[in-house]
Amino acid sequence: MSFIALVPGQMVAPGLLVTIGECVSRTIGLSVRVLEPILEPPEAYDPQRRQYSSTAILRLLIELRPQEAARLVAITEQDIFIPMLSFIFGQAQLDGRVALVSLARLRQEFYGLPPDEEVFRERACKETLHELGHTFGLTHCDDLGCTMSLATSIQQVDTKSATFCPACTILLAERLGRFGRSTARPSEEESP
Amino acid sequence: MKRQWKILVVDDEEVMRESLAAWLREDGYTVDTAASGAEAIRRVTADDYAICFVDLKMPPGIDGIETMIEIQKIRLDMPVVIITAYATVDTAITAMKEGAQEYIVKPCNPQEISLLVERIIRMKNLERENLLLRERLEKQYTFYDIISKNPKMAEIFELIRDVASLRSTVLIQGESGTGKEMIARAIHRSGDRVEQPFVAISCAALAESLLESELFGHERGAFTGAIERKKGKFELADGGTLFLDEIGDISPKLQADLLRVLQERSFFLVGGTEEVQVNVRVIAATHANLQEKVRAGEFREDLFYRLNVIDVRIPPLRERREDVPLLVRHFIERIALELGREITDISEGAIRLLIDYDWPGNVRELENALERAMVSCRERVLGAENFSFLVARAAEDERGWTPPGTQTLAELERKAIEATLRRTDGGVAEAARILGIDRSTLYDKIKKYGIKRG
Repeated sequence: MSFIALVPGQMVAPGLLVTIGECVSRTIGLSVRVLEPILEPPEAYDPQRRQYSSTAILRLLIELRPQEAARLVAITEQDIFIPMLSFIFGQAQLDGRVALVSLARLRQEFYGLPPDEEVFRERACKETLHELGHTFGLTHCDDLGCTMSLATSIQQVDTKSATFCPACTILLAERLGRFGRSTARPSEEESP
Repeated sequence: MKRQWKILVVDDEEVMRESLAAWLREDGYTVDTAASGAEAIRRVTADDYAICFVDLKMPPGIDGIETMIEIQKIRLDMPVVIITAYATVDTAITAMKEGAQEYIVKPCNPQEISLLVERIIRMKNLERENLLLRERLEKQYTFYDIISKNPKMAEIFELIRDVASLRSTVLIQGESGTGKEMIARAIHRSGDRVEQPFVAISCAALAESLLESELFGHERGAFTGAIERKKGKFELADGGTLFLDEIGDISPKLQADLLRVLQERSFFLVGGTEEVQVNVRVIAATHANLQEKVRAGEFREDLFYRLNVIDVRIPPLRERREDVPLLVRHFIERIALELGREITDISEGAIRLLIDYDWPGNVRELENALERAMVSCRERVLGAENFSFLVARAAEDERGWTPPGTQTLAELERKAIEATLRRTDGGVAEAARILGIDRSTLYDKIKKYGIKRG
């Protein structure tokens, strides 16, 4: 049976992984397994930018993915970038196997606000679903409430929900068909 | 609409190029990449892109600015966004001066680039929508290459559809340059003779004897130089359509010969004794008023009625000024392509000038005027100044008019009224408006000069 592998980077809280795992499993309909934490590769670190190259981390993830895992998503506390952009919330192989989500800019504290664990966890779920959606071939959605809508700021992350819009749900169900799922079943509960 | 657009990313650095491409692909765009200026130019030659992201520093070979200049030589409208890590005012100014749509410094905020892409795509969508609407509009008003939204022309199109497959002769009347041959071709193309030949001949261009031989052909030895049997236009058009332009200019003898062909559907070759049977649909055209020629005894009445089975009168361009903008846009596109010029539009002022001009040479004169203006135009938009020769021509017409020395003022007035009534198909109210007099005054003058209306 195919599953989605969730790989934490250094210092990612186990409780957060449970929340993300439940959300992914519930929304996408595939079981989730949390793998052993990994160390972000030192060669991916850019000392000038003080950020990690997401492309370099994705390269490592491709090697790490277990054969039987349908997809692998890594969750990192590190701030990540691609050369053109000052930061990104996450990156995925479009219609590929691996994705990466950064938690660095999802906390209220990053924006000088008091901590809010609930908001933080919700943001982490949205971004994980978003990047996973890309691995299933979904592109950005014009529905601002859909988890697949483009977010280039934290406000846009907060505007969208942790669910796929009806159109993206159908597209995702088609892609999931090959994993023995005819539809994404929001009501289904599967423990990670 | 974003999925219809392609984006090109040009950078010699693979990570930079591929990561930006991947980020844009997540947004739904089809993204191509090029590792050098030369590769970018090859791609742009083969494909159309909504946006080209070009890195400023690209050793070796041509740099970003040079790549942009080359790209815009191939596709003038392609928005190029220059990317650089070196934020200097100088390079920014150079890039913008050379035609860059935008200039971004890497690394940039994702929101900045996202908004930039969105703005350019919105502009491209509007451009495309505009083009589609214009094409749809043109199609709506186009009938076999004839462009018009004038109600009288719409009636003609309707008539053509009704009579296209009949064998009846058609007489097309209209001033020079109104497109009489195009109407004839439209009749031919919309009927069941479309697969058969369409043969055209201008009766005004040839001397009588030559025209006779051209129309009916000749036997070997029929006259000096007739070294072999030659088929005439009637025989060549067998099964199809024969278009006789400037029919009003043919001699009385040819009028009689033509009448015979139309009645008998057969004729003799010049110098021949054998009767040739043909199945030809005749469409005749003239810029002259044939009825007047009949009245003056210059044209056979029986031939006139034989030709005038279906009567098509094409209004001159000055009576369908609403067609001028449509025709202008059509000609600009065609002539720009022929001349290889990047002229894409015309200013409001120039359109106004063209609408107001009287176009004595009709659509042909408009086409020639546009070609002349486009040859001398150095901008991408035609302006009123490109049509200064029309203003001069109109002024010359005013100055150059001299009253015929043999006619009295009363005779000139009668002729003016007759001509105006012809133009309005006998409509007194419209004629009075054109002449700038009261309807009652015009009635008085019609009575006074004994003018027949219509």
